[in-house]
Order: sequence, then structure tokens, then C-alpha cells
Amino acid sequence: MNAQPRILRTQAEDTLAAEFAAARTQLPGSTAIASAREAAFAAFQKVGLPHRRVEAWKYTDLRALLRSVPPLALDIAVDGVVPADPLIGFDRARIVIIDGVFRPELSDLSGIEGATITPTVELLRADDARIGARLGAIDDAVVSLNTALMVGGVAIDVPEGVTVARAIEIAHVTTAAIGVHVRNIVTVGADASLRVVESHVGSVGSAYQANVVTEATIGDRAKVVWAKLQAEGDASVHLGTLAVSIGKETQFDHLVLMTGATVSRSQTFVTFTGEFARAGLFGATMIGGRQHADIMLGVDHAVPNGQSRERFKAVMDGRADGIFQGRIVVRPDAQKVDARMMTQGLLLSEESSFSAKPELEIFADDVQCAHGATSGQIDDDMLFYLLSRGIPKAEAETLLVTAFLAEAIEGLGDEAIGAAFEAIAGQWLAARGSEAAA
Amino acid sequence: MLEIRNLHASVGDRQILRGVDLVVPTGEVHAIMGPNGSGKSTLSYVLSGRDGYDITEGEILFDGKEIIDMPAEERAAAGIFLAFQYPLEIPGVATMTFLKAALNAQRKARGEAELTTPDFMRRVKVAAEKLNVTQEMLRRPLNVGFSGGEKKRNEILQMALLEPKLAILDETDSGLDIDALRVVSDGVNALRSPNRSMLVITHYQRLLDHIVPDVVHVMSAGRIVRSGGPELALELEANGYAGYVEAAA
Amino acid sequence: MPAVQETIDQVSLIDVDQYKYGFVTDIESDRAPKGLSEDIVRFISAKKNEPEWMLEWRLEAYRRWLTMTEPKWARVHYPKIDFDDLYYYSAPKSTKGPKSLDEVDPELLATYEKLGIPLREREILAGVEGASDRRVAVDAVFDSVSVVTTFKEELKKAGVIFCAISEAIREYPEIVKKYLGSVVPTTDNYYATLNSAVFSDGSFVYIPEGVRCPMELSTYFRINERNTGQFERTLIIAEKGAYVSYLEGCTAPMRDENQLHAAVVELVALDDAEIKYSTVQNWYPGDKDGKGGIYNFVTKRGDCRGDRSKISWTQVETGSAITWKYPSCILRGDDSQGEFYSIAVSNGYQQVDSGTKMIHLGKRTKSRIISKGIAAGRSDNTYRGLVSAHRKASGARNFTNCDSLLIGDKCGAHTVPYIESKNASAVFEHEATTSKIADDQLFYCLQRGLSSEEAVALIVNGFVKDVIQQLPMEFAVEAQKLISISLEGSVG
Repeated sequence: MNAQPRILRTQAEDTLAAEFAAARTQLPGSTAIASAREAAFAAFQKVGLPHRRVEAWKYTDLRALLRSVPPLALDIAVDGVVPADPLIGFDRARIVIIDGVFRPELSDLSGIEGATITPTVELLRADDARIGARLGAIDDAVVSLNTALMVGGVAIDVPEGVTVARAIEIAHVTTAAIGVHVRNIVTVGADASLRVVESHVGSVGSAYQANVVTEATIGDRAKVVWAKLQAEGDASVHLGTLAVSIGKETQFDHLVLMTGATVSRSQTFVTFTGEFARAGLFGATMIGGRQHADIMLGVDHAVPNGQSRERFKAVMDGRADGIFQGRIVVRPDAQKVDARMMTQGLLLSEESSFSAKPELEIFADDVQCAHGATSGQIDDDMLFYLLSRGIPKAEAETLLVTAFLAEAIEGLGDEAIGAAFEAIAGQWLAARGSEAAA
Repeated sequence: MLEIRNLHASVGDRQILRGVDLVVPTGEVHAIMGPNGSGKSTLSYVLSGRDGYDITEGEILFDGKEIIDMPAEERAAAGIFLAFQYPLEIPGVATMTFLKAALNAQRKARGEAELTTPDFMRRVKVAAEKLNVTQEMLRRPLNVGFSGGEKKRNEILQMALLEPKLAILDETDSGLDIDALRVVSDGVNALRSPNRSMLVITHYQRLLDHIVPDVVHVMSAGRIVRSGGPELALELEANGYAGYVEAAA
Repeated sequence: MPAVQETIDQVSLIDVDQYKYGFVTDIESDRAPKGLSEDIVRFISAKKNEPEWMLEWRLEAYRRWLTMTEPKWARVHYPKIDFDDLYYYSAPKSTKGPKSLDEVDPELLATYEKLGIPLREREILAGVEGASDRRVAVDAVFDSVSVVTTFKEELKKAGVIFCAISEAIREYPEIVKKYLGSVVPTTDNYYATLNSAVFSDGSFVYIPEGVRCPMELSTYFRINERNTGQFERTLIIAEKGAYVSYLEGCTAPMRDENQLHAAVVELVALDDAEIKYSTVQNWYPGDKDGKGGIYNFVTKRGDCRGDRSKISWTQVETGSAITWKYPSCILRGDDSQGEFYSIAVSNGYQQVDSGTKMIHLGKRTKSRIISKGIAAGRSDNTYRGLVSAHRKASGARNFTNCDSLLIGDKCGAHTVPYIESKNASAVFEHEATTSKIADDQLFYCLQRGLSSEEAVALIVNGFVKDVIQQLPMEFAVEAQKLISISLEGSVG
């Protein structure tokens, strides 16, 4: 039962090995980056794709879920069908990354004076120390794979004291059945302020696999709002990781909305490096059909006096599987930490499922930590209350599901982003309603 | 308006209503009193169409039409309103949003045009002022963090807006102090009309000092065991339900 | 404030030596040769005069065990156990087969007396007043054998079988064959498989249809011998409509080396049956520097096989260097219920990784988990629990509350719940908190004149009250005392 011999490689692992072998000399970067790629691929090969015996991937067995791997996208955009912009109407500057390649000519960088945008490729060639700086403590095969194969992406720099006027969207668009490995680097200086929308979309029916890793460093007293929209194409696999460190007295608010892809995993690792920082971490999952969406959250209270609030909501329809794994660690001597995590699953259909593993790992005594988790269907009493006021069942359900998700989306505390994301949630519910009616 | 004949209802294996007969003519206010567990609240849920009750026998005629197979929202649109004993808290749904959704859903079901926002706001404002419901309360999520009195006033506000033909008030006095009771009762009395019937369910007589019924019924062990005028309530207050519990058992 | 006085009295009763059960009984033993092999398995089976089928069952488990590796997922750390450096069988020489009380070695009786365990049928559990009308039948297991079982005759009149499992294998082979390994299969996990191969004794309880067991049943486990593993096996069967409340206690001498205890407990409840299983686990926890102590690797599982059956686990875990234990319920029958009430106290260098699994298979099954973890000293205390609803578990309900209290800044408290629902109508609620004793609570007590140690004991007793209330009275008092003792010296 516990024997864990390295199982023979899967076809997907074989393909990845062949792809890396073929691409290694063409991948961009200095010699130091080249050796980092080699080391990362060796680390990946040692453990292979994550599977259910790897505790952090218990509910997302990539070894079983990834039957095959599409060809790598190197530094040429395939330029297939670009899907519609899901955030249309929401005012923001736009960094467009198509098939892993930053496309300045398609981007809109107005209204972000003070911020600098650089293609990640330049950082790779310059052997920039920020590459990999946030990943030291993360032992994850998918992140290793990204390090081995990363090509595109951007670096956003906001210098000390600068408030970026417009929100910046990093739009990841995939147009064909390829494997994309993007690395973004975001650096926000002390006392600076930034709003980021990280979006992920792709063409319908295309079996692409996107592996995006973003490293962010947030300086003291900075204020950052970060919203991620995972609305990938319906046949795709999304593997996204954000590793962020937050400095003293920082306010960091993060929301992930998961609704696309056939298999998706969104990982957020937040490390408190300065005292009196506050993090609000929120998630909303809306999936149906045979979708599988896994949110992994790691909050590391490495220093005293931190505060974090975590609220994750998942709605599953059809035969979808929703997963939340959250882990709050309070290090020895990180006294006076206040952390509260809530996760709730709402099952809309008989064959959907929800799994949650909200973990607390506490090594300091003077703390206030709590977590709660619930799983269930729409509350009968609430539903009846609405019905008794004459609201039809479908509308009542939509109202309740919207309210359920809103508690997470509104947590971000950014009205414009909240409205844009709630509209996306509304569309999902409307589509669900019309399917039910059909 | 409402005619109930030989109504039997059960939850799982438990028989709760055992042959209720009750007629509430248009424009009258009837009170149902009875000890705990006599089936009063069940009757209110059965009338408003809550799932989970098996109607094993009997009929419920509303405006002459059988409603047993009607879903709850259709009964609401037809004009049945239940003021809940314990109004539900629904986090994330603003009270205002909820009121609008309910009012427009009912109008739509009746083939009426939806209200414009200014028109809707005006109506809410008028009704809210009468019941001391503040704008701040209307902005908060439905009943979340409301005091007992605020929740009950919110119920009556909904009743005023939805203008039902039959209002069922389930233990509306529970959890209210004297002042709150007066505000709520005044709200209810203001809604008395020749076109509207009310069924006031209560354990205690004190509510009936404020909302004076035309007829008082006593319910025990799932049946109406006695009916009379308002004086019957006073008699119950003096003598308690003991005699009825024994008689039914 | 009578509660305060009560606690003060209890605290003042605490002995100076922290582990008062740490003495060694000097008694001659009959031991198997050191190490583990097929021959040792045969030796144990032969010692017990077991039938051939039982030997085969053991050998199969042993062969299976050889192919397995130790589980690594729990948050416990210890040097590799050398399974060939242990004795797998040790029995007091004076014991040869079942005995009447009069024949029991006086040295053994004295040992149990010292432990406060009544082996004479007229006696009651030591130190409990107002319990004179309550009787408890005891099965006393000393190292690898059951030395005596009390009230056997009286229980027999009610149709209840309460005896050593070794005796049951000989006397009631059909029942044993039917149920042994049916809840915890021999292949279940590393330690359960090892236990299946080498278990030496333990208790067997059979409550026939419709019988309410006339008294509490209990087993008292004592490890005495050096370097000896204790592998007890307990099997309790409650037939349709039966009821039994069963208590288990355990202690061991203070020794510098670690000792292994790998037990398996199986419970089967048929239609409308109820089993209440309580444990006060007080194995030697090791000294203040973390030397010695019992490795307590236990598999406990109940199967609510029948409709409307109920299994309730209550545990007070204060002992052992390492505890690895997850008393679980398989809620197979429709409308069946499972409960898990736990207090786990760790101090010094103790490591606890404990919790439960509630597997909802049947319709409208209910479970409730209340876990209170208290970590002090340099200990680590982990709650690990699974609540799952399978596709067919419509209307399943779970409520879980796990709270952890940290005393001092060198310990760790961890909560690792797994919540898995595959049924939309299943409603699960889980809540957990981790905190220290609030300064204002402590100050309030100090201001009223309590010492800080008394204040901590008082607040901790309040913290664990929901669980203590689940224990039979005899054990509740003992459990409260134990908790106070375990936390001694935890306040600086």
C-alpha cells in the first residue's frame, strides 16, 4: 500500500522529456538560466507528474488526467482564433500574451505611467535575479516544469511610491493545441499601488495546456489588488501558480475565479515577510459538465502580527469536481497572527462533488486562527423563503448562487473588478439556466 | 377566500394534521390558537406550499381553486403570503434586491408589467416609513444581523408591498417586545381590507389585543376543535389549553 | 464557584511524580525468543492452542506484512523501529489458561490494585465515590495475555460473552471467523497487518439480539515486560437491538527505551444496535527529555452494519510518546450514526497524530466529531480527520468541531481535515479554531486567587468539558485528573 517505487513514466512524461531534450538548446536565457532549466527538469523527472500519493495533489492526479502533452510553443505565436474578451467594458491597460509570446502591438499600455513592462525573455537573457527568487520554498513538479520550459511572459515593475492609475491586465490567450509555459515577474516597490487582472482564455475545443507561473514581490506599505480570471477554453488544461511575498504593512487582496478549462489547478502561495501586513485571499469556482477545478492555497505567516482572511466558494454542476486545499502555517515565534479561512462548496447536481482540505499548522501560541468548511446543496429553507415570495425556482436558485459567490468576489474590495467578475458569474448562471430550460 | 376540508398531512411517518376544516371568508381575520405541537405552523407551511409535507387526504381551495399541486411560488403569485415565524437570513442578497425580485416575479406571473426602478423605490419608501424600516436596513443583506423586531417589520413590509389576498401570520408576536409588537400590529391593521383575508397563528392571546380577529379557532392535535368570537381567546388566556389537550388525546 | 474548588482539589491531589503508573512488577515471564519470523507466529499460535485456521490467517497476514512499508504520512517522527529487536510474546509464568480470581498470582492482583483497577468483583473502581451501585466487569490484559476476566458468570446469564479473544477463538470459533478481520482486514495497513500476524490477546464481546449489557465492560491493558511489543486485538459484536458500553484503559512502566503497542479494535453493530467505546489512554509518555515512552500505533474501526445502528468513540489520550490513532466509523446502514469525541493532551516531547474517519455510505447517516487538542511543552498535536459522503449517502449529515489550545510557544497544533462529498444532499459542517488560553480569562482566575497552574487546569477543564461529559462517570473523574497531571509543569 505504501510502496512507492517510481512508476514507469507515462506517455505524457515521455513526451515532456522528448520535448525538453529537443528544445533545451533553443530555450532563451543565459548559461545560468540554462543550468537552472536542467536542474529543474531533473527535479521534475525525479518525481514525474504529480499524482494522488503526492499529498498536495491528492485530488488532482495529473498522471491520470494528462493523457498526452501537446507540442511546445516556443517563441512564435501560432496565431489561431483569438477568443472574445470576457472583460469587455472593464477599463484597464492590457498586456497581451498570445500563445506564450508578449505582443506589444496588440497591447494597450496607456494610463500606466510610472510602471515598466519588459518581456521576460530579456530577464532570462540578463540572468535577472528575480527569476526564481520567490520559488525557493516551493517544491512542486509543475513549477519545476515551468522553470525548465519557460519562454514568454512579462515583467511589471512599479517603482517605490508610484500609484499606477489604471488596472493592468495580463491577458494570457492561447489559440491552438500547444503547450505554453509562461513566467511573469511582478515587482511592486514600497508605498506603491497596483491593480492587476490576470486573465486566461483560449480557443474553444483546443486541447492546449497552459502552465503559467508568476512571481511577485510586494514592498513595504504597498497596496496591491490582484484578480485572476481562469476562463480557459473548454478542452484545455490550466496550471497556474502565483508565488508572492508581501512586506511590512502591505495590503494584498487576491481573488481567483475559476470557470474554464477541463482540468484546472490554481496555486497561490503567499509569504508574509514583514510584520503588520494584511492579506485577503478569495476564490470563486463555477464549473459544470465534467470539469475539474482545484484551488490550492498556501499562506505562510513567517513573521509576527500578520493578518489573513481567506474565503473560497465553489459551485459545482453536472458531473464537475471542485476542490479546495488551503493551508495556513504560522511559524514559530510568529505571534499575534490572526488568520481565518472559510471554504464552502455548493452542489447543484446529484453527480457533482466537492472536496476540501483546510489545514492549520500552528507553531506559535499567541494566535487566533480558525477555519470552517461546509458542503451542501442550496438551503431548502432559504429557497422556500424566496419561493413563498413568488420568485420562480430557477430565479431563486440563481439569486442564491449569486449571493453565495458574491461573498467571495466582493471580498476583494475593488468595485470595478468585482462588477466585471460578477458579470462573468452572472453569464455562467444564465447559461446554466438556459441549459436547464432547454 | 380560503376553504380547507378534512386536511391530513404528515412528515415522514408522523401524522401532524388530522382532518382540519376551516373556512376564512374574504375580508375576515381569523386567529388560530393552540398549544405547541398542535400543528399550527405545519398548517401555515402546507398552505404556502412548502416541500416535505405529504398531504394524505383533504383539499385546500383558494378562491375556489384547488391549490395542493401548486408550487410555492405560484401560490405566492396567486396571493398567498406567509409571514414567517423565523424569517430566513440570506447573506449576500441585499434586502432591496430581494424585494424587487419578489415583486416583479409576482407581477410577471400575473401578466402585469414590471415596475420601473423609480416606481419601485417610491413604493418601498412609502411602506418602509410606516414600519420604521430604515434605508440602511434595506441596503443590508436580507435579515442578516437584523434584530427580532427588525426581521418581523421586514416581513410586514414585504406583505405591504406584495399586497396578498390571504396573509398568514405565523407567530408574528414571538420575540417582540411591547413597542415592537405595537409597530408590527399597526402595520398589519393598516393592511386590513374588505378584499384581504388574514390567518393569524399565535400561541398567546396578547397579539389578539392588537390585531382583533373576527373569529378565533382552537387547534389541538392536528384539528380545529373549537371556534368562536374574540372572547374565546380571553377564555383560553384564563384557562390555558389543558382542557383541549386532554380532549384531543 | 464550586467548579473552581473542584479543580483546585483535583490539582492538589496530583502526585509529585508525574507518571504514577511507571512502576515495574517483578514477575517471572514466559517469553518468545526475540524477533519476528514465521516460527514466532507459529509459537504464539501454539501458545494459545489455536486451531489451524487461525494459524493460517496469521501466517497470511505475516507474509503480507513482509511486503509492506511503514506509513509516512502522519506528522510524527521517530527512529526506524527494528522489528527484530522486539519480543512478540510475553506472559506471566504463573498464568496457564483461564483462571478464577482466587488463582490469580497475588503479585498481579497487587499490580492492578496499585493501578486502581478492581479485579475483585465486589470492588468498584478506586477513588470514585457514589458509584457503589455501579459495577464494571474487567478483562485484565498483562503484556501478551489476559490474566482474568471478572463477572463472567453473571454476564453469561444475560447471554453476554465477555472473555479473552484467545478463549473466544477456541470456544466460539464460528462467531470469531465470521467477524474477525471483517472491519479491519488483515491487509488494511502496516500496523494492522502486523497485529493480525502476532496479536496475543485482547477482549471479545458478544451481545446477543435485543440484550442490553447489564454492566459496563472494560479491559485494562498493562505492558510490563521490557522490549516487548503489545499487540492486542479486540472484537465487539452487538447483534440487532443490543447495547454495550465498553471502556479501555492502559498504562506501562517508565522505561528508557521505546515500546511498541499496535492494537486493532473492530466493532460491529447490527440493526438498531449501539456500541459506546471509551478509552483513557495513559501509556508511559517518555520522560521530560523525550526519552522512552510507548509508540502507540492503533487501528480502531467500527462498522455500523445495520440500519439505525450507532457507534460512539470517546477517547482521552494523555499518554504515549507517539500516538497514531484514528477510531473510525463506517456508516453503512441507513440512518446509522457515528460519533467521535476526543481529548488529546500532549506535553514534553509527545507527538500525537489522531482523529477519525466518518465514511457515510448509507442514507440519512449522521456523524458528529468533537475534538479538543491541547499542546504544551515541545509537543506536536495533530488532528487528522476524514468525512466523506459517497454517491448513495443521500441526506448524510456531519458536524465537526475541532479546537486546539496551545500552552507555551515551543509546541505545535495542527488541523488536517479532509472533507469529501459526492452527494448533493449531504450537508457537512466543519469548524476549527486554534488559540492559546486567553490572557483575560487567565487574569480573571489569577485575580480571584488561583495559581497559574490551577487557572490553566480550570480553563482546560472547561475547554474539554463537552468531551468529558461523554465518558462514563468512573472514567470522567480519572480523565480530568489525568489531564491535569499531563499538563503539570507546562506553565512557566
